[in-house]
Amino acid sequence: MTIKVKYFGQIAEVTGIQEEFVKFSGVTLMELVGKLSQKYPDLEKKSFQMAQNKELVSLDSKLTGDEIAFLPPFAGG
Amino acid sequence: MKHKNVFKSGAIASEFIGESIAKHQSKTNIGAHNIFLGQVRADVINGRTIAAIEYTAYEDMANAKFHEIREAAFNKFDLTCMHIYHSLGKVKAGEICLFVFVSSPHRKVVFEALEFLVERIKSDVPVFGKEYFEDKTHQWKVNK
Repeated sequence: MTIKVKYFGQIAEVTGIQEEFVKFSGVTLMELVGKLSQKYPDLEKKSFQMAQNKELVSLDSKLTGDEIAFLPPFAGG
Repeated sequence: MKHKNVFKSGAIASEFIGESIAKHQSKTNIGAHNIFLGQVRADVINGRTIAAIEYTAYEDMANAKFHEIREAAFNKFDLTCMHIYHSLGKVKAGEICLFVFVSSPHRKVVFEALEFLVERIKSDVPVFGKEYFEDKTHQWKVNK
């Protein structure tokens, strides 16, 4: 499947882009993170949560094909 | 689902806040307002002073979260109205970046509701802050 992946804040600083489409045949978010960590080695040094279809999900969640986002620590207000 | 947009570009002006208060004069069942204003602090970190914060957000998710938080507050507290605005883009030290405004017939409710709202906004909404120092270097803000 092709998944839209969005990066924010200091994660976007590491990837150098804010979003991309990733072709991927794995099952879980963890596997997707593994693939993207090869492309962006500094990703593993960062702390982040992940959202799928705009809801926070755990890394062992299954990919549904919906939009994925890497979210660094929140800093609103 | 498309939610109301909470975000405003740049700092929230004191005139906007004043007008927002004035608009409630016709709602005479209100007996108490409470307002939280988040202001950008000029923290000094290792001798460098923060000059501004540049806010970005996962806007679709953030507006959905703001909607959830609003609904939760309306269910929990007897509120007449509620307004939330958050800045996007650069806000200089001393300027306002968050405006939360709750109104109710009676005072006790608005104290509790405002704290509930601000804490939920800080912990649940995907907003990110790039803190610029006066020398143009930066670090990333993290809510405690």
